[in-house]
Amino acid sequence: MMKIENLKADIGTKEILKGLDLTLEEGKVHAIMGPNGAGKSTLSKAIVGHYDVKITGGNIIYKGQSIVDMEPENRALKGIFLSFQNPVEIPGVNNAYFLRTALNAKRKHNGLAELNAAEFLRIMKGHLEGLGMKADMISRSLNEGFSGGEKKRNEILQMLILEPDVIILDEIDSGLDIDALRAVSEGINKMKDGKRSFLVITHYSRILDYIKPDYIHVLKNGRIIKTAGPELVAKLEAEGYESIEEEIR
Amino acid sequence: MSQKEIDKAVAGEYKLGFQVDIETDTVPPGLDEDTIRFISNKKNEPEWMRELRLKAFRKWQTMEEPHWAHIHYEPIDYQAISYYSAPKNPPKSLDEVDPKILEAYAKLGIPLEEQKQLQGIAVDAVFDSVSVKTTYTDELNKLGIIFCSISEAIHEHPALIKKYMFSVVAMNDNYFAALNSAVFTDGTFVYIPKGVRCPMELSTYFRINALGTGQFERTLIIADEGSYVSYNEGCSAPMRDENQLHAAVVELIAMKDAQIKYSTIQNWYPGDENGKGGIYNFVTKRGLCQGENSKISWTQVETGSAITWKYPSCILKGDNSVGEFYSVAVTTLAQQADTGTKMIHLGKNTSSTIISKGISAMKGQNTYRGLVKIGAHADGSRNYSECDSLLIGDQCGAHTFPYLECKDTKGHIEHEATTSKISDEQLFYLRQRGIKEEDAVSMIVHGFCKEVFSQLPMEYAVEAKALLNLTLEGSVG
Repeated sequence: MMKIENLKADIGTKEILKGLDLTLEEGKVHAIMGPNGAGKSTLSKAIVGHYDVKITGGNIIYKGQSIVDMEPENRALKGIFLSFQNPVEIPGVNNAYFLRTALNAKRKHNGLAELNAAEFLRIMKGHLEGLGMKADMISRSLNEGFSGGEKKRNEILQMLILEPDVIILDEIDSGLDIDALRAVSEGINKMKDGKRSFLVITHYSRILDYIKPDYIHVLKNGRIIKTAGPELVAKLEAEGYESIEEEIR
Repeated sequence: MSQKEIDKAVAGEYKLGFQVDIETDTVPPGLDEDTIRFISNKKNEPEWMRELRLKAFRKWQTMEEPHWAHIHYEPIDYQAISYYSAPKNPPKSLDEVDPKILEAYAKLGIPLEEQKQLQGIAVDAVFDSVSVKTTYTDELNKLGIIFCSISEAIHEHPALIKKYMFSVVAMNDNYFAALNSAVFTDGTFVYIPKGVRCPMELSTYFRINALGTGQFERTLIIADEGSYVSYNEGCSAPMRDENQLHAAVVELIAMKDAQIKYSTIQNWYPGDENGKGGIYNFVTKRGLCQGENSKISWTQVETGSAITWKYPSCILKGDNSVGEFYSVAVTTLAQQADTGTKMIHLGKNTSSTIISKGISAMKGQNTYRGLVKIGAHADGSRNYSECDSLLIGDQCGAHTFPYLECKDTKGHIEHEATTSKISDEQLFYLRQRGIKEEDAVSMIVHGFCKEVFSQLPMEYAVEAKALLNLTLEGSVG
């Protein structure tokens, strides 16, 4: 689905990714774990084309095509979705209007007819209940005054509606209580269809109890230093990242 | 429509300034008492009007141009301006019009015939607005509504003019109002009789004097007891305009239980990115809530002009009267706007709302200046003000000058102000969801202006949104 080869990237003048290799397989859940400052968020930003990140070397191949020079909106239209760690507030922009615009941009890109407001609302309402979201989410301004949990649920709502092919979840569990974590995880698991790939970026293993990973990748100092099966989670929990590094040496 | 009616309507159109004989219809630059007499004679005005103009002129001569606003411009040479002139060499067809303007028309969806009219090209007699105008004028007449040019009103309704003109904005209220009082060219007069609800938006589409009113426009609207009127001034399309200085005066009077809603879209030429060539717009707009329970609402979308100096205000004299001001002011290129409102609470339990949204892009400078004054006898009066500024890019500026005066201890004033920047994070968020950068900017800007746009009549709001997109095109990225 996606192949990241020897990726080097700067934020400002500082090199953060230092030759990162990672392959996302179709239908698999990949978890990226690593200490603070390892480059986890930079990796997600590099994939979606965030302004902050300057790619200085290597490549990202998605569906057989290099995307490093592609505009962020075109990457999105091709099916790459990022659930933001801190979703930004946009006052006055109606949540449903925003989502319908996004969905219609994608439908148009895929040669499908655009949905009118009524057709769209049916789809949106269908997802609200499952996520434990209130009906006023339709008319509220995008993320404005949302609680941490509401913001994260709203990210998942967007994912469910936009039906992307590669889903990057950046610290989706941060700031969530147990109920919200469960609702969010259920939403994510609903998207597993054997074809979509997931990249779960997390500090803690807690979320991995809810979203079962196929692979664990340890990211440290701008590189993937280890890739293993889900059994690695327990080892990391018990011994920390240092042990992995020593093991490699 | 009979041929006779068509001829009459078309003739009416021409009367407003597109005279054939250019020589005799243009007065040389300069301003003295003879100029005033010339204008008055040209308009065939009665003696009393001419005397009022001269009186205003004499007052103007003793006054000084104000310089307290947060704007900078080259000194205006008042003797270098021609105060009465028919349009010079209007284009003969749209082929002669600047392609950039035509492009703007296409984007705004302005019909071909209207494009011609806006550029001062003679239009066909079958043009919609002409027939629409005649049909509606009949309907308005039946209700006793007077809707005509101010010149016509001076002849046909002298009693109303004598009583109300200069009653809200005194002829020496300020420098620019005094100048207007002396040399005003034309404008609109509206009178809504007692208990009548004007059944339609009075708007540019069939405004009798939409064109040729010149640079010194004068408007007077009177809503008698229990009446209602919604008046729309201007339009979203760029208009042909050769005059650099504009100084308009608008007076509104709402009697007991009457309501006036006044909406403006201003889109005059802003000048280039160095501020050259744009319109200077110095306007005095004021409404008097004369009677109990009366209400005046100003809604403005200001996107044009190089300099905007404008403070649509309300004097809340009647008990329980209500004043509202909703404004979106956009400055881009090198535009400067100093705009806001004055809410003067005199009556008991009066209330006012101010929602001001300033958007600055490129080198634009946007200033909100507002006065809320609660008088000593205005028991139980209250005001709510909200002034928000949005910055696009890092060369523009936003400034807020709120003045609050509360003489009544029971008065209540609330003021909120925010300044925000369209952040890269907001733009990126929308783009990550597949929304193009341009669309993302317009989504954020429309969201910012929502509270004001929702006050505009529906059709007008659609125009305003299209205009905003056009104005900010290319200012990001």
